[in-house]
Amino acid sequence: MKSELVGLAALMALATYPWRAIPLLAPGVDRLPRQALAYLRLVGPAMLAALAAASVMVSLDSERHPSLHVGPEWLAVALCVGIVWRWRNLLVGLVVAAVLIAVLRAAGIATLP
Amino acid sequence: MRRQLRQDVRALSGSGPTDRVELAVSRRQLVRDGLGIIASAGGFGLVYGLAARAAGFSPLEAGAMSVLVFAGASQFAAVGYVLGGFSWFGVVVLTAFINARHFLYSAALAPYFGRTPRPVRAIVAHVLTDEAFALSIAHFRRIGRMDLPGYWWAALGTTFVPWNVATLVGVVVGGQIPDPGRFGLDVIFPAAMAGLAVGLMTGRREVVAALVGAVVAVAVSLVWDPAAGILAGGLLGPLVGLVMPGPPVSHLHPDDPLLLGGAETAERLEAGLGDLTRATDDRRR
Repeated sequence: MKSELVGLAALMALATYPWRAIPLLAPGVDRLPRQALAYLRLVGPAMLAALAAASVMVSLDSERHPSLHVGPEWLAVALCVGIVWRWRNLLVGLVVAAVLIAVLRAAGIATLP
Repeated sequence: MRRQLRQDVRALSGSGPTDRVELAVSRRQLVRDGLGIIASAGGFGLVYGLAARAAGFSPLEAGAMSVLVFAGASQFAAVGYVLGGFSWFGVVVLTAFINARHFLYSAALAPYFGRTPRPVRAIVAHVLTDEAFALSIAHFRRIGRMDLPGYWWAALGTTFVPWNVATLVGVVVGGQIPDPGRFGLDVIFPAAMAGLAVGLMTGRREVVAALVGAVVAVAVSLVWDPAAGILAGGLLGPLVGLVMPGPPVSHLHPDDPLLLGGAETAERLEAGLGDLTRATDDRRR
């Protein structure tokens, strides 16, 4: 079985691990000043919203050229957000979003990603 | 010495019946929220396995990427780069660029892991992904502290295991698998991230940080690259959120390390130890 890309995987892991580990392993991380904690408190909502928006609104072609994606996926995500906001139930929101997109794709209204 | 004292106080003060009920309720929600993430990780893992197979990866190579790198976006990109004949150096530099956002996840979670042994934190870091961060930060905020079993569920149970199993299935079974996009599985990831963000938006600053993060992410993604956009949104959103007047932090758990400054946390815990010692002395007398 071919294994030459295992070396590439190891190098990619070495390029990724420091991002994940440095703040977690830094000494004194439990004694940060208040301003830093206030900033970090806001990182969660900002990062998750950034991930969601970029994932659903931006598509990449095979050469990673970005373009604005407009489609029913926006509605599916908005429905999920509404369900979580109203009933605090993420699982139901996810099921509703996935079923909506599956039905629209089966009906030929939405295209496959 | 301080480290040990603080651990003692924490263990005693965090084991009351209210804490146990609160933890159980939050863990149940964590498990429920994680079910959707499992479907998403499985779906994406299958697609990755299929793409890797099409690019000529062996099951060993595709599996090694999923175990060692364990970062979906950069793995998908790597498949394209390998197919396009990029040099290894180029692939590694681009991987570092795409995965830079993990620095913010790690920084946001770090205050919760302050008292966790370093070797455990080193393992925690390897399995830190978008999904693990999203699920665990919501769980920690509900209970006001770190919960290692909860983190393992978020990181391993909902993402690492399904992602790796699905990768192997995709790369081994190949074309016999229907496209997960037909079942709408591709929309679960953004929907889950948005839904979990809603759970964290409990004050004006959080709402502003999220809105600015989203707008900046899309704008920068369109003019440059989604990896840069997400990072820019994650960095700038909190900065703008901090400018908003008034810190309405009453929604945070009173023990949350993000609510207390580091020094204040230590003072509280040491004060707690003093009270405990006095109470023990009184009882002895």
